[in-house]
Amino acid sequence: MTAGPSIVALREVSKSYPSGTIALNRLSLDVGAGELLSLLGPSGCGKSTLLRLIAGLAEPSAGRIEWMDPAASHRLGFVFQEPTLMPWARVADNIRLPLMLAGMSRAESDARVNEAIAHVGLEGFARAYPRELSGGMRMRVSIARALVTRPLVLLMDEPFAALDEITRFRLESDLAELQHRRGLTVIFVTHSIFESVYLGSRVVVLSPRPGRVAASRRIEGPTPRQEAFRTSAAYLEACREVSALLISATEHPLTLQGEGNDPPLPSRGRGSG
Amino acid sequence: MVAPALIGVLALGVWEGIVRVEQIPPYILPGPLLIARTLITDWSTLFPSLLVTLAITEAAFFVSAVLGLLLAVLFTQSAWIERAFFPYAVILQVTPLVAIAPLIILWVKWVPLALLVCAWLVAFFPVLSNTVLGLTSTDRNLVDLFRLYSATRWQALRYLRLPAALPFFLGGLRISGGLALIGAVVAEFVAGTGGAQSGLAFRILEAGYQLQIPRMFAAVFLISAAGVLLFILLQGLSRVALGLWHESEIETEG
Repeated sequence: MTAGPSIVALREVSKSYPSGTIALNRLSLDVGAGELLSLLGPSGCGKSTLLRLIAGLAEPSAGRIEWMDPAASHRLGFVFQEPTLMPWARVADNIRLPLMLAGMSRAESDARVNEAIAHVGLEGFARAYPRELSGGMRMRVSIARALVTRPLVLLMDEPFAALDEITRFRLESDLAELQHRRGLTVIFVTHSIFESVYLGSRVVVLSPRPGRVAASRRIEGPTPRQEAFRTSAAYLEACREVSALLISATEHPLTLQGEGNDPPLPSRGRGSG
Repeated sequence: MVAPALIGVLALGVWEGIVRVEQIPPYILPGPLLIARTLITDWSTLFPSLLVTLAITEAAFFVSAVLGLLLAVLFTQSAWIERAFFPYAVILQVTPLVAIAPLIILWVKWVPLALLVCAWLVAFFPVLSNTVLGLTSTDRNLVDLFRLYSATRWQALRYLRLPAALPFFLGGLRISGGLALIGAVVAEFVAGTGGAQSGLAFRILEAGYQLQIPRMFAAVFLISAAGVLLFILLQGLSRVALGLWHESEIETEG
């Protein structure tokens, strides 16, 4: 189930490496236009590989990736786990990079760069170098760079994993607000149950390697998310359920859980975020 | 700056003291004061020779920097090219200069050019190997990002690989500067050319033959001073180029 019509669909996608490692095995997934999809799974389950395949940075070994509008496949933003900034370039020039590579002149791109800077709340830091910024601010620059091309789809690979909790909460709320305002489709990879539930309108749980979809659950909650949601009963209940799904996927990697199936309750405690 | 200066003054004082107390003759070991006096009295011979040696050094250094960079870019364009040529660069590097300098001087008739080739052979490898390392150790995610935005090969080189390799290139230059000077001096020793166009190495040989040991020391001092100056200049260049962004040049606070 997706939020609306699909924007991209993965059909029986497999990915194996020359070393013999099978990262993904016949994974199928529909991503709805405008949805914020959380991809949750244990470390090494192929989540990052999946994002790289969608981004076109790697080719699937088998299966297809279908874009409903082929133009959308070129309107992507990618945010890595690390801010991945060019240390020799100022904030504005880091954000300008995608536009510059597309051949846009400085004068033409200025307005777009300033808009992206404003979107992530970094006004006043355009001329700073990355080393002068905190970890959270660097990640904001990375997000601004992904947004500057006005993408239709934003791919995010555990972008907030290395940040302290307060910064992470802020960035999560800002992302939710931004996604809602711009109608972005976001595929958000995380290994945190709490993050996946807070952000996602849907959480897709992947099994351990080779990764495939083990379960999918819609998350009901305010759109865009607000901080109050974190302490609501609905949020905690969703976390409990997603935790059970994740444990079930980890313990029984070959028993696939379809959407809407009641997962067996775990015999031990909740997985941690 | 105070600590090395203090150690230097102390060492020179001990040196002068030993020479005086032990009454060591100047043709065995001259004291620092005598060397300084010789430096002043023989300045009119030593300084033009210093300029000759420095000219060879600078030319060899410049050619090393340019060719080292160009070859590094070429090597990183294709794994095949790198595999095919890199072993030869290593062979040139590990072959002792004194062993091949006579051949080069024999083949290249024009002595300054022969000296330049010798100095270049020693100096270019650090630039090449450091720059290759820099060009190939670019952040993998940044490489992916450039691919995602369909960057051309030239754009990836110009905006990503070259800036990322800059600290490595400058590190190579710092080593290469000193080696160019050593290469030039060794080549001059082998060539042993005299006359007005002779460099400091010839002045050292000449002083040795004439048992003018203070002048020999003065020439050695000039070579060392030139090497230190070169190093400081390259350090300054590195600071200017990287000061704002690279960890190696950022002054720590607090």
